[in-house]
Amino acid sequence: MNLEFPLSQLPVGQSATVCQLQTSGSMRRRLQDLGIIHGTKIECVLKSPAGDPVAYRIRGALIALRKSDSKTILMNP
Amino acid sequence: MITAPLLQLNNTSALEDYNIKKEHPTDCIIALAGNPNVGKSTVFNALTGMHQHTGNWPGKTVTNARGICSHHGKKYILVDIPGTYSLLSHSKEEEAARDFLCYGNIDAVIAVCDATCLERNLNLVLQILEITPKVVVCINLMDEAKKKKIDIDQEKLSTLLGVPVVTTSAKRKAGLTKLMDTVEQLLSSPPTRAYCVTYPQPIESAISSLATYFQEENKTTARRTAKQLLEQNEFPKEFSQIENLENTWNHEKELLNEQYQTKEAFQDVIVSSLVKQAEKIGKAVLHFGNEAYETRDRKIDRLLTGKLTGIPLMLLLFAGIFWLTITGANYPSQMLSQLFTFLEKLFYAGCVHIGLPTWVCEMLCSGIFRVVGWIVSVMLPPMAIFFPLFTLLEDLGYLPRIAFNMDKAFQSCKACGKQALTMCMGFGCNAAGVVGCRIIDSPRERLIAVLTNSFVPCNGRFPTLIALITIFFAGSSPYSSLWQALYLTLAVALGVLMTFLVSRFLSKTILRGHPSSFALELPPYRKPNIGKILIRSVFDRTLYVLGRALAVAAPAGLVLWLCANVQIGSQTILTYISQFLNPFAGWVGLDGVILTAFLLGLPANEIVVPIMLMAYLSKGSLEEASSLLQMKAVFLENGWTQITAICTMVFCLFHWPCSTTLLTIKKETKSSKWMIVSALLPALVGLILCFLIHSVSRLFY
Repeated sequence: MNLEFPLSQLPVGQSATVCQLQTSGSMRRRLQDLGIIHGTKIECVLKSPAGDPVAYRIRGALIALRKSDSKTILMNP
Repeated sequence: MITAPLLQLNNTSALEDYNIKKEHPTDCIIALAGNPNVGKSTVFNALTGMHQHTGNWPGKTVTNARGICSHHGKKYILVDIPGTYSLLSHSKEEEAARDFLCYGNIDAVIAVCDATCLERNLNLVLQILEITPKVVVCINLMDEAKKKKIDIDQEKLSTLLGVPVVTTSAKRKAGLTKLMDTVEQLLSSPPTRAYCVTYPQPIESAISSLATYFQEENKTTARRTAKQLLEQNEFPKEFSQIENLENTWNHEKELLNEQYQTKEAFQDVIVSSLVKQAEKIGKAVLHFGNEAYETRDRKIDRLLTGKLTGIPLMLLLFAGIFWLTITGANYPSQMLSQLFTFLEKLFYAGCVHIGLPTWVCEMLCSGIFRVVGWIVSVMLPPMAIFFPLFTLLEDLGYLPRIAFNMDKAFQSCKACGKQALTMCMGFGCNAAGVVGCRIIDSPRERLIAVLTNSFVPCNGRFPTLIALITIFFAGSSPYSSLWQALYLTLAVALGVLMTFLVSRFLSKTILRGHPSSFALELPPYRKPNIGKILIRSVFDRTLYVLGRALAVAAPAGLVLWLCANVQIGSQTILTYISQFLNPFAGWVGLDGVILTAFLLGLPANEIVVPIMLMAYLSKGSLEEASSLLQMKAVFLENGWTQITAICTMVFCLFHWPCSTTLLTIKKETKSSKWMIVSALLPALVGLILCFLIHSVSRLFY
């Protein structure tokens, strides 16, 4: 059964692990610099008033990502 | 002997910023590197005694600052490099930082880390260790980590990394002597067993076979050059004089291409090796005592960025700041103004006493001295209140939350949410806001932020807005100061709205493109140090802005005086200009005098209102209306209506930026074209809006 889902669907307060980055070029590099690689645990922490961007806890830091970027990060529960 | 040529493939110009000369051969150059917002600038300031501006948001340092630190009689030139998450990336700043570390002829690196977020910081430390083993790891913000019950095994970390580790709390100046002692030791005996980042076997074998060509260099440099060569798509011709190297390179590249199909896959392996090794080291030295340390921050965040509360609280906060600024500045402004009138009389008497001709006395007193006095008394009090309040927000960590709240709106304008930060800086000074735009990665979005920065009023324009609001709209009811703050907030909101509309317009026309990626770090809320805020905002910001304003005000005062006193025929130059502009100004609800005042106010927006008064009263010098009532009388006599006031306020919000800002834009964009666009864009918006307001109002009156 395929349980992969994009990071943008992770509800506030829950966490999951990264299984794949579907973006390329400079954003892929940025995400990797923040420590988002296969197996990284990410927790969804906070939504902005408009619901986008959303802040995630990534390796101890709170990072806001836009939906257009977070939907390219595939997660495993 | 073969030495490796500098592998500076894409930009040598990036190094220009870092051109550092030692005054004495024993001077040492020490680079301060680290992730954004780890307190690098605080460490820098504490070591050098300088006042590099600090603030609780990532990307604060946009230019590399340098300062001198003397320790045990030896001089160290410290260079504060803008914070980066990595040295692999391709943004201009990160490349410049990497090139400086590689080729900047530095003697050692202080790698500043955030104790509360050590694991990610270690990623950068490992990358620095790939460049040079002469690294001192400085774990800063230890006080915060203690509060969060994060325990760091410092000795173990030092053993694992093979370089010295020092812990500091730079804000409280703790650990800094130890840090410099360690740097001193490091320079006399460089580390011999620094951590070496290892990669999966195919990459390792490629690196070592290429590294054999650079054996004259030390091990780190050889590995570094080999790895950089492997990351190139084509063999760099700078290396072609090294025999056989190109063949080996081709062979190794082929092998790697078989293993990792794409360049991306290859890079992925490099990055994840680094991240995983940082994770492993982090796990070995970190112990978390209290997982729930964040609850307070999250509670505050739920309010300040909440769906229902986020935006209203933001508006309320700004209205509150404006209210405090307006009410608080009133009284000291009057006092200063009286003081300067008194001093001017003394100054004039002095000039007469030493026997200067009357016209020189007039020129010095009514021209230069009065303009300078006006600017000090109008600008200083609001700035002395506004800047500390703003610095307070900055230190607390609220500014990134503003960007977080507003990003969606910027996103729909295809711009970057960090523009909210540069916009906020623009409230202080547009020139500062323009420089701040460097925190935006994408060149297109950066340009949008630069061009629209002057759409929010800077401190030089607040006094004009406040004066007009008070005279024409707020009245003198007991709650007038609340109304003032409300109207001013509305004016600012109009500025912000136009920022969005124009950003969107630019994205659809001359700066077409898609929004680039966006990753904004939200730092923890930090308890600000009130004393420091006061000192910093008064000395670094208030006096700096004031000094700059005065530097242009003195010559501007002279030019103004000449315009108002040199007569051609029976009229002064000032009258000629304003009469010439009168018909045109009439179309947009202004008059010739107002337009002339804005033109002559190019050096500093603060002098716009004084010029108007001077021209209306056909006096040869700036008129200080001793009370706002008097000012109102002058305006009314010259045919002002509420519509004139509205148009003037709109034009005050949207016209050309001041000359300092224009020059800054030229410097930042390296183009006169964009400077001209940045002047025309707001001017056109202002004229169109004024024309509309004027035309609509004529339908009703």
